[in-house]
Amino acid sequence: MATKHSRAAARLMISPAVLLLLGWMIVPLAMTLYFSFQRYNLLMPGMEEFTGFTNYRFFLTDPAFFAALLHTLQLVLGVLVITIVGGVLLALLLDQPFWGQGIVRILVIAPFFVMPTVSALVWKNMFLNPVNGLFAHIAKFFGLQPYDFLAQAPLASIIGIVSWQWLPFATLILLTALQSLDQEQLEAAEMDGAGPMSRFTYIMLPHLARAITVVILIQTIFLLSVFAEILVTTNGGPGTASTNLTYLIYVQSLLQFDVGGGSAGGVVAIILANIVAIFLMRMIGKNLES
Amino acid sequence: MGRITLDKVRKAFGEVEVIPPLDLTIDDGEFVVFVGPSGCGKSTLLRLIAGLEDITSGQIRIDREDATDVPPAKRGLAMVFQSYALYPHMSVRKNIAFPLKMAGMDPTEIDKRVNEAASVLNLAQYLDRRPGQLSGGQRQRVAIGRAIVREPKAFLFDEPLSNLDAALRVNMRLEISELHQTLKTTMIYVTHDQVEAMTMADKIVVLHAGRIEQVGSPLELYRTPRNRFVAGFIGSPKMNFVEGAEAAKYDAHSIGIRPEHVDMSRESGVWQGRVGVSEHLGSDTFSHVHVDGIGTINVRTSGEVDVRHGDTVWLTPTAANIHRFDKEGLAIR
Repeated sequence: MATKHSRAAARLMISPAVLLLLGWMIVPLAMTLYFSFQRYNLLMPGMEEFTGFTNYRFFLTDPAFFAALLHTLQLVLGVLVITIVGGVLLALLLDQPFWGQGIVRILVIAPFFVMPTVSALVWKNMFLNPVNGLFAHIAKFFGLQPYDFLAQAPLASIIGIVSWQWLPFATLILLTALQSLDQEQLEAAEMDGAGPMSRFTYIMLPHLARAITVVILIQTIFLLSVFAEILVTTNGGPGTASTNLTYLIYVQSLLQFDVGGGSAGGVVAIILANIVAIFLMRMIGKNLES
Repeated sequence: MGRITLDKVRKAFGEVEVIPPLDLTIDDGEFVVFVGPSGCGKSTLLRLIAGLEDITSGQIRIDREDATDVPPAKRGLAMVFQSYALYPHMSVRKNIAFPLKMAGMDPTEIDKRVNEAASVLNLAQYLDRRPGQLSGGQRQRVAIGRAIVREPKAFLFDEPLSNLDAALRVNMRLEISELHQTLKTTMIYVTHDQVEAMTMADKIVVLHAGRIEQVGSPLELYRTPRNRFVAGFIGSPKMNFVEGAEAAKYDAHSIGIRPEHVDMSRESGVWQGRVGVSEHLGSDTFSHVHVDGIGTINVRTSGEVDVRHGDTVWLTPTAANIHRFDKEGLAIR
């Protein structure tokens, strides 16, 4: 992009893609905004009318909303903590030379390729089920009462399932970051008298800071909108014990046929996601600058 | 104190023996340079001394104590790496303070030592910068600073100047030599550059394929190389080697004569030849002279000499400075 001429040409050529992306985003957003100010229930077709902020008032005063908000945050934070701590440990382990390294690395990445509905069903029926599940069998083997995970601790179970899916992603990114660490730095630290723990805290962890930031940002985007795992396991229940914001909007618009209320919820979710994004960039964004 | 003794030290990676059993003594306060072509095992030898690699058999003693199984941090040696290996996320101050912090030293004492080292190395105004904001020479000095604050028994340098440009290299060479005069600590220095070896060393160890070819002071190696390898490696430009009939006149399989020990004349001499390429440096002139039946002889003449490509000249080697070698390449005395 050296000359004025080539800059103008670059803008011209990039503009169709930008316009397409812009339209792709603006049209649904505008429609959601429009619906959120309408009284629009699928059971009463042809009765649509402008209602002002009524939809928002109902959505924000719904006790399920605060529960859902809390569950969303718990889910995001829980999964982030588990995947990053677990990811760092796994990356440290996989960075060691051992026999069969290649196969083990592929196995570790495998969960990431299983689609969310499938992995949630596998967990629900083969692991967490209180009658046939693996954990129930193990409990019975030791003479214990099987624990009904999805009924007793629904949110924790979902956090576990989602963590299992995202752990490979975190491990992969952190492993590549760890492999890019200059070995001479570790040797220098060793000569300087740093033991394994000090080498980890003073050399490896600062080196991983950027990769950890990337993992947090990317995972947060996806974790705010976890849906399939909840739908196939608990249906948001018991009660609203495992309902997050995404699931609440689904309930509102597709189970209660209230498109207006659901749209209002969608707009609230967008605003909340942006607040989270601003906080994240404030807190850890500086790690991305070189 | 910093006396390091290697006793039958051997290193093998699997089946491949990179360092056959080797004995070496490095006296306290000595500046020892390991020199050799790349891949000769000089860096490996340094890492064995540092403890970053385990030795396969033999013994390393530091100040008469067996250090073979002592971890690197406990050996009391400090190392300066080729890539400097500075910690990029720490300021210069924290980099230099790191070994002291790891030793659990009192913060005020750390501060004092860091400031001392910084003033010795002219780093005082850079203490709060990150390594990424420094030039190559400054980074090099930070790496040296990190080594000297520990007050080690010996310094180990692993090709520390190879990432610097030519002018800076000459400067740093002087600074390291100066540092050695001030600290009087044992230094072991690895390089492939024989000029660095000649200018800095008290004692040079010439390595070739893991074996020690010769140990001695720079001038000893220059005057009396033990074999053809050392003769060819030490001295710049390289020694000329002549084999065959001409060598047989001197009762040798081959003879060697340094470019500075050949006289060139336009009238008379022992070998007649034709001048090829001449390199005019101002202070010296290096002429590559093609002599029939002998090959190309590089001749050094002081000052500016008017020789051109294709001129016919006569060469005379100084008899006293001819090195004679037998069939195995060993020097004949």
